[in-house]
Amino acid sequence: MPVNIEGIREFARLAREPSELVRHARGNIGLWLTLIAVAAAAVFMLMSGTKFAVGAATLFAIWAILAVSLNLVVGYTGLLSVGHVGFFGIGAYTMAVLTSEAPYEQLRTGVIPTFGWPFFAVLPLCIVLAGLAALIVGVVFNRFRDDIFVLVSFGFAIIAYSVFLNLRSVTRGAFGIHEIVRPQIGAWTFDGNVAFLLLALVFLGFVMLISWFITTSSFGRVLTAIREDEQAIEVFGYQATHFKLAVWVISAMMAGLAGGLFASWTRFIDPNSFILLESVLLVSIVILGGLASIWGSLLGAMAFVLLEEGMRFLPFIPTEYTGQARQVVLGILLVLLMLFRPQGLVGRFRL
Amino acid sequence: MTANNEALALETDSISKHFGAVRAVDELSLSIPRQGTTSIVGPNGSGKSTLVNLLSGVLPLDGGMVIIDGAGLRVVHAHETPAHGLTRTFQEVRLFDQITVWDNIMVVLTERKLFPSLLERVRPANRRKAQDILESVGMWEKRESMAMELSYGQRKLLEIGRAMAMDVQTYLFDEPFAGLFPQMLERVKDIMKQMRADGYTIVFVSHNMDIVRELSDRIIVLDSGTLLAAGDVEPVLGSEEVIEAYLGA
Repeated sequence: MPVNIEGIREFARLAREPSELVRHARGNIGLWLTLIAVAAAAVFMLMSGTKFAVGAATLFAIWAILAVSLNLVVGYTGLLSVGHVGFFGIGAYTMAVLTSEAPYEQLRTGVIPTFGWPFFAVLPLCIVLAGLAALIVGVVFNRFRDDIFVLVSFGFAIIAYSVFLNLRSVTRGAFGIHEIVRPQIGAWTFDGNVAFLLLALVFLGFVMLISWFITTSSFGRVLTAIREDEQAIEVFGYQATHFKLAVWVISAMMAGLAGGLFASWTRFIDPNSFILLESVLLVSIVILGGLASIWGSLLGAMAFVLLEEGMRFLPFIPTEYTGQARQVVLGILLVLLMLFRPQGLVGRFRL
Repeated sequence: MTANNEALALETDSISKHFGAVRAVDELSLSIPRQGTTSIVGPNGSGKSTLVNLLSGVLPLDGGMVIIDGAGLRVVHAHETPAHGLTRTFQEVRLFDQITVWDNIMVVLTERKLFPSLLERVRPANRRKAQDILESVGMWEKRESMAMELSYGQRKLLEIGRAMAMDVQTYLFDEPFAGLFPQMLERVKDIMKQMRADGYTIVFVSHNMDIVRELSDRIIVLDSGTLLAAGDVEPVLGSEEVIEAYLGA
């Protein structure tokens, strides 16, 4: 469900009868976690000022698109992919290469042509190229499952990073690509951070809507059956490989969209944004939020961004260590969560 | 193929399956007529479950041909068997554990093609059918539970219900009675008797000779992956070689 309507209803009911609150506190963990996350976000905004908060919210929207899309593959279909960052990167590099007009020349590559296309012309290409890559990769990946699938998706993440780093005549290697354009409609540019945030949220809503449409359809039910027992669902007349390939491509297209948004938002990308660690963090978000729950993925992404950005403001960690400390804290949280709540914050399922 | 294959639901033409040096099924040829109940019996390791897995495409054939409903198949694709009018249950119950009882039935009732399935929600006809099935196996009250939360007997029943929802001609039940309490056992027996009366073809694997005698119209006895005997129940079970295979060696 895209919106936790039950939770909101419950909240309204509880507000009328405060005595019920304590009794329900244990029962509806999802509701309370949501409230905590929203409260934390509000405190965070007050502490950090709106400009920073808007940036964090944009980051949240992009991570949430990624998490919702990966949840289709990991949570619903049961394919534990750590290669999602590859499709994210393809989207980002498509946006960067085709929109940037920053000149670049080196001995080994010569002058690289620039295109300077507008954002909205390139964004569909980000989606299509990520989808095409997923189609090619997916035909091969369809042969694997379970732990072997994790390994081959790991391989894909490594290969994608290596291509971003070394295909210098396209990606400019470690130098990165500057001056990626912001979205523009006519004369009006989404230059302001709030405008871009709104755009990102619109796309997030769009992705959630599609995910909801998929997961509530018969197609979505087949995906969950594939997750539970792929061979058994074949006996009942479904060609599991087709369904897996379809959801894999759809998910990659959403990641490509997130990549395009990300490149345009940061205005500069280099291969370091697309390392394997990002994929692992993304899988953590999906598991932390709750498998096979769109709402859980949102919550996971929100918790992650709050944690990552919020820790900058913790007084007892020197600023030069916050980057590493974030990963340590996230790692510890994940271990604790798997110990005490293996189905994630709001999920019902286990891997 | 024999001349009277119209009357045959299932046929195998010297099919084989080897696991390393073990010949689980060894050039086995048999035929199962349409309608009525056929039981497959044999000592442990005689290839009963392997045979069911070969017929349903869960295991690939090493050789030979399976003929389902007149269609000769050298490669049996599991996802194509329902189109030939075949479905099955598994020896170790294989439900979709982390989805609801309701969805376990609904998932076999819905659209098989990719794009139509994306557009399909719950059809009223399917909803009625799922309700009928769940009521007939006594699982309607449990419809919101996860399949994994059911008891062993309930899981067996739900799996049989899932197969019934397929509404095909031929049903392969792999050990449908194993490990059931008497009450559940009677229930499964009643379901199978009803299906037989309704004109379906039922093939089941069992170790329980009392049930085999009670339910079977015909019997197939396997030993070491080969056909030991086949035919009417009492003559086959009374024959010396069958008694020897069970009691001797």
